[in-house]
Amino acid sequence: MSIDIDTARRVAKLARIAVPEENLPALAGELSNIIGFMEQLNEVDVEGVEPMTSVTPQMLKRRDDVVTDGDQQAAILANAPDAREGFFAVPKVVE
Amino acid sequence: MTSLNSLTISAARDALRARDITAADLTNACLAAIEDAGVLNAFVHKTPELAMDQAKSADARLAKGDAPDMCGIPLGIKDLFCTKGVPSQAASRILTGFRPEYESTVSQNLLDQGTIMLGKLNMDEFAMGSSNETSIYGDVVNPWRRAGSDAALTPGGSSGGSASAVAADLCLAATGTDTGGSIRQPAAFTGIVGLKPTYGRCSRWGVVAFASSLDQAGPMTKSVRDAAIMMRAMASHDPKDSTSSELPVPDFEAALTGDIRGKKIGIPKEYRMDGMADGIEKLWSEGTDMLRDAGAEIVDISLPYTKYALPAYYVIAPAEASSNLARYDGVRFGHRAKLAAGDGITEMYEKTRAEGFGPEVQRRIMIGTYVLSAGFYDAYYNRARRVRALIKKDFDDVFATGIDAILTPATPSSAFGLGEMKDADPVQMFLNDVFTVTVNLAGLPGISVPAGLDHQGLPMGLQLIGRPWEEGALLNHAYALEKSIGFVSKPAKWW
Repeated sequence: MSIDIDTARRVAKLARIAVPEENLPALAGELSNIIGFMEQLNEVDVEGVEPMTSVTPQMLKRRDDVVTDGDQQAAILANAPDAREGFFAVPKVVE
Repeated sequence: MTSLNSLTISAARDALRARDITAADLTNACLAAIEDAGVLNAFVHKTPELAMDQAKSADARLAKGDAPDMCGIPLGIKDLFCTKGVPSQAASRILTGFRPEYESTVSQNLLDQGTIMLGKLNMDEFAMGSSNETSIYGDVVNPWRRAGSDAALTPGGSSGGSASAVAADLCLAATGTDTGGSIRQPAAFTGIVGLKPTYGRCSRWGVVAFASSLDQAGPMTKSVRDAAIMMRAMASHDPKDSTSSELPVPDFEAALTGDIRGKKIGIPKEYRMDGMADGIEKLWSEGTDMLRDAGAEIVDISLPYTKYALPAYYVIAPAEASSNLARYDGVRFGHRAKLAAGDGITEMYEKTRAEGFGPEVQRRIMIGTYVLSAGFYDAYYNRARRVRALIKKDFDDVFATGIDAILTPATPSSAFGLGEMKDADPVQMFLNDVFTVTVNLAGLPGISVPAGLDHQGLPMGLQLIGRPWEEGALLNHAYALEKSIGFVSKPAKWW
């Protein structure tokens, strides 16, 4: 399946990556090429095969649902581009 | 005496324990070699002061006796590992300035053993690439050159800085990570040993995530013995990674007897493919003969779904990456774009990610987004996961017939020139991973061993694939192969 410019625009939007309008045709071409490569998978008969969820046959571990960590506000905020009064700061979300 | 920085881990261990050398001397020799090799662009964040402090502690520990194997060994750490207080950027602009408040489990395990961190090593951005040309720090240069040429070659990728640093003796060994071949391909391109262990052998905690069901850390070293020593030091069960195994970590070095008599080595016919460079096929059959001469039984095997491994990988890995890399949003760490008046939070995300991610990473995130999007999830992502189950079954079936290890080429060619693939389409670049990617999809251990030089004088590697959790046996096969091959070539120093 080939990816048109509208699809490329939509994928960029979903991925939250700004792509200038003039770059969309090239992007659509690149994505189409890669998707075309994946089309080979359609040759495989996968009837009755379960999609792999875990490569090693192991049960996911469980533990008691209790707090094991915390009280690290300064460490958590230390790398934030903008932190104020103990919070991550972002542009206004609601008008 | 050879210079200290060119020692193997095992030789340095013995000399340190005998107090013939000190960790401080060893560290100084490496730091000097690093200063002298700026043109290779392997080390991108150097930590000489930290290294000298760690060397002092290591010497104190060694003086008391009873120090672990890796005590006093200077290492390079791939930039993908979070290291406390030291820049950890995954070679991406989006993590500019990021200094983790924590240490990855693998690098902590190494520090607990008394190893010394010389600095952080260059790599492809977010480990996405096979030539180390997608890094924000610029290309890494391979210390090897073609005979009679001074053209700069790729060390491979994504662990290109690790490979270049070990091959050029800037450190005794380095950490790497491998999602589709990122330890084994650069090891092959630089004439060193690279081991990707069984999925779950190493904790992924604190390692910047690319594709979580495929990523594994492993050692990149100058010998198979060193890989065995370092593998043991890196591996552990970790409650912070629910996919890390609770199986005990054996003494891998103790498995190196060199005796492989009666072992069954599989030669998969699907790995003999068009477009393989001259010499690879010859090397492969020579390696086969050597294992036979060492007493192994050679068995022709078939892994019928091999041809679908690359397309399955290039659905699954970008899908997982698109999810993992959603965290880079300009809020909690790293780069945030400058915003225009009136920009809201969506513009912040979109501009930050457009500025912060390079073209290859953007492309893979978008592919992943596409294959996971409504209406395509079943057609691409679920189909790829079903094909992955078939690829794993190929290996299960072969091992069920009693095969102990599988011998294949590590890469379809030797190192190519930096920039040579610039105009190739991304799919061409993917072919670098054709022999390695099946191993990640099946979660198996795989090791690349230097096998010889091609007609251009460049190293090439052979890959051995082992049974799950049997890295000891795999390393022993590799050890037997290494002994037979007797590869001792080093790049001539031009830098």
